[in-house]
Amino acid sequence: MKSGPGSHGIRRADHVAIAQFINKGELVLDVGCGDGQLMELLQSERGARTRGLEVEQAGVNRCVAKGLAVVQGNADADLPVYPDDAYDVAILSKTIQELARPKFVLDELSRIARRVIVSFRNYGHWRVRTTLMTTGRIPSLGQDTGWWSDGARRPCTARDMAELAAKAGLQIAAATAVNGKPVTGKSLTRLNWTAEDLVFVLERKKP
Amino acid sequence: MLAPARTLSGADGLKHLSVATPDQPLELDSGRTLDHVEIAYETWGTLNADKSNVVVVCHALTMDQFAASPNPVTNRPAWWPNVIGPGKAIDTDRFFVICSNILGGCMGSTGPSSRRPDGTHWGTDFPVITIADMVRAQIALLDKLGIQDVFLAIGGSIGGMQVLEWTIQARNRVFAAIPIAVAPRQSAQNIGFYEVGRQAIMADPNWRSGRYLDEGTRPDRGLAVARMAAHITYVSEASLKQKFDRRLQDRQSKTFGFDADFQIESYLRHQGQVFVDRFDANSYLYITRAMDYFDLATEHEGVLANAFRGLDTRFCVFSFSSDWHYTPEEARDLVRALNAAGCETSYVTIETDKGHDAFLLDEPEYEAALFGFIDDAAQARGLPKAQETPKANS
Repeated sequence: MKSGPGSHGIRRADHVAIAQFINKGELVLDVGCGDGQLMELLQSERGARTRGLEVEQAGVNRCVAKGLAVVQGNADADLPVYPDDAYDVAILSKTIQELARPKFVLDELSRIARRVIVSFRNYGHWRVRTTLMTTGRIPSLGQDTGWWSDGARRPCTARDMAELAAKAGLQIAAATAVNGKPVTGKSLTRLNWTAEDLVFVLERKKP
Repeated sequence: MLAPARTLSGADGLKHLSVATPDQPLELDSGRTLDHVEIAYETWGTLNADKSNVVVVCHALTMDQFAASPNPVTNRPAWWPNVIGPGKAIDTDRFFVICSNILGGCMGSTGPSSRRPDGTHWGTDFPVITIADMVRAQIALLDKLGIQDVFLAIGGSIGGMQVLEWTIQARNRVFAAIPIAVAPRQSAQNIGFYEVGRQAIMADPNWRSGRYLDEGTRPDRGLAVARMAAHITYVSEASLKQKFDRRLQDRQSKTFGFDADFQIESYLRHQGQVFVDRFDANSYLYITRAMDYFDLATEHEGVLANAFRGLDTRFCVFSFSSDWHYTPEEARDLVRALNAAGCETSYVTIETDKGHDAFLLDEPEYEAALFGFIDDAAQARGLPKAQETPKANS
């Protein structure tokens, strides 16, 4: 992870991977924006205009104190009021696997924004598969503390995410492993084996 | 720039307040017209060359224009010194801050205690006014001062209602708006509480059908009861429990009478007594009525978002977790509507047990969020940013 000019401390690798898909001047909604690190990165390094939605009030207050436009709210409930095509891009950065209603949220975001970018942990990675085969247990990845813990992630793979995207009327315009090079959808099988963390750029299917 | 201080023709005893008289009569929502309206106001800071640094502060029900300096009439201190001042969130070193006494008020602006041309006091012949009328008067004041655009409109409670009205009436002339501890409509519960207050005032024999100023009486007992009832809604059960609980007032046991046995009784009686010295009973009737009538959705085809559609104003809405006068849930309704309208919106809830009045108190997280939002808006407006290190106290 490198820290370039204008950055604020350590940058999350998936944030850097997401940022490459954001163009100057685009209006971006960061769903589950935390304390606004990605929003700051997109503003300072990509020239984007950003808005945030965050369920934890402490994160919201820190964002507003930094001058970021953030609303306290719940993606699982609050998105229906947003108008169609209000945003160029909506981002779910390590958020979609923690939602109560991921399909509902993706449906809504596909209506609100022209592109939806999701970053998520890929449970199709070979290490996960071999661990499951050899131990008979879902491996705990990253900060996961057990499948029963509050707010535990939904373990899904790259293929699972592709299926959800299709059900939401979206197609994969680009995909990349965090710290990898963007590839087209045809390499999904390979990504599903090799990438621990993935970024999908989703666009509405052409009618 | 500033109108010269002078003796008011209206409310007696308010000498040396700054007053402006808008050129045009004020057309009111009721259909009536007020001629020769006077608006009393205070300013802090310096207007910049392109008049882009104007902050309008809207005061709450029982406050006045003395937001950042002591009131020379009542000798009460400034009511928002932690927010307005050099180096504060509303930085008087960078911004030109205006706070005016609301229409219908009793600190120099035209209201029911003002005199009519025939020398008698308006009393309840004064037209019933709305929040929108108050903002019309404020816009007329700024017109009179030669100011077109507002960098920031900010206010809590009924001041927050005025902020929302400002963004709608002065369409896209308000760059940033901070409605605090407010709802987009007055709840039935609040209408109920204020009706109790109004009935207390009107039940006072000294009210004299609203003509007490001409008849030389004062409905102090009624007004004090109104204040006591309302004051309960400005604090929370948690803060009352912490401050008073069931403790007795200067006594060891109950008296088996109706004296103020409990500390909470003594406290409320005190709140009522000090209030009547500085507030006019008819103003209380008119201002609370204006709050009752406030419902932005109804005025916009029943859809709250319609009120804000197409606005360029950036909003930051604040609520307080223990506020049951204007609840966080009502603030969230406002935020949802602002989002639905596509407005740039931030929303902050402050965790506190201090209830509605928390918007006036020192809450570091609240002040930090105010500071951050205003400073970012200033930068976006091309105004100077705050100094690196905010001054601790001034």
